[in-house]
Amino acid sequence: MSRRPYVREVSRSWWWLNQRRYVGYMIRELSCVFIGAYTAVIVVSLMRLSQGQAAYEGFLDALWGPVGLAFHIVAFVFALYHTTTWFNVTPKAMPLRLGERRVPGGAIIGAHYAGWLAVSAVVLFLAGD
Amino acid sequence: MARSHKPVVWSLFAGGGTFAAFVTPVMIFVTGLAVPLGLLSPETLAYDQMLAWVQNPAGKGLIFMAVFLPLWHAAHRLRITVHDFGIRCDALVSVVCYGAAMSATVVAGVFLFGI
Repeated sequence: MSRRPYVREVSRSWWWLNQRRYVGYMIRELSCVFIGAYTAVIVVSLMRLSQGQAAYEGFLDALWGPVGLAFHIVAFVFALYHTTTWFNVTPKAMPLRLGERRVPGGAIIGAHYAGWLAVSAVVLFLAGD
Repeated sequence: MARSHKPVVWSLFAGGGTFAAFVTPVMIFVTGLAVPLGLLSPETLAYDQMLAWVQNPAGKGLIFMAVFLPLWHAAHRLRITVHDFGIRCDALVSVVCYGAAMSATVVAGVFLFGI
């Protein structure tokens, strides 16, 4: 063995800053913080809902202040990033075969985006009703 | 072959990620942006309206899914991300992440089915 083995200097915590695609990976992974936090907001709102109208409405007022609004904007951007990155790897995560032929990746991704638009349209329609 | 709990953990992660991909953006948009900014009527999230949702069995089930699946997904991904930041104590991190997700799910279930 060599007396001075070559040791690559890579930070254990900040290795992902060295390359752009690693930064993209880390942003994708950090989307979970915002998805988790938003889900926690739902749990708290369920608690407030069970405590009656005054508690629920007070919670919504607090939630829709400047801080809450800023949180929802950031969470929305991260959620969109999660959606696009999730759909874009679907051909690799679940390759589809029809008989002998492989379904092209673009078709699998496109079907997901189409389904996403449909789901979003239905929710918006129900909310606007 | 040795049995592993990995497939369960991973399929819940995949299910949660898929649910979050399809539903979370529009939910954040409606509840956190469109209603407070006045793009949608405040009636959308009014007390009576929401109470009707959570008192309906289908609504209960849907909201429970909307809590359980994304939370599990977020917990699993956070566990991996903590590792990626160079923190090497997976057992403790797993307990904290999955434990928090499961506790919040149970809390949501108690409120949903108690209402």
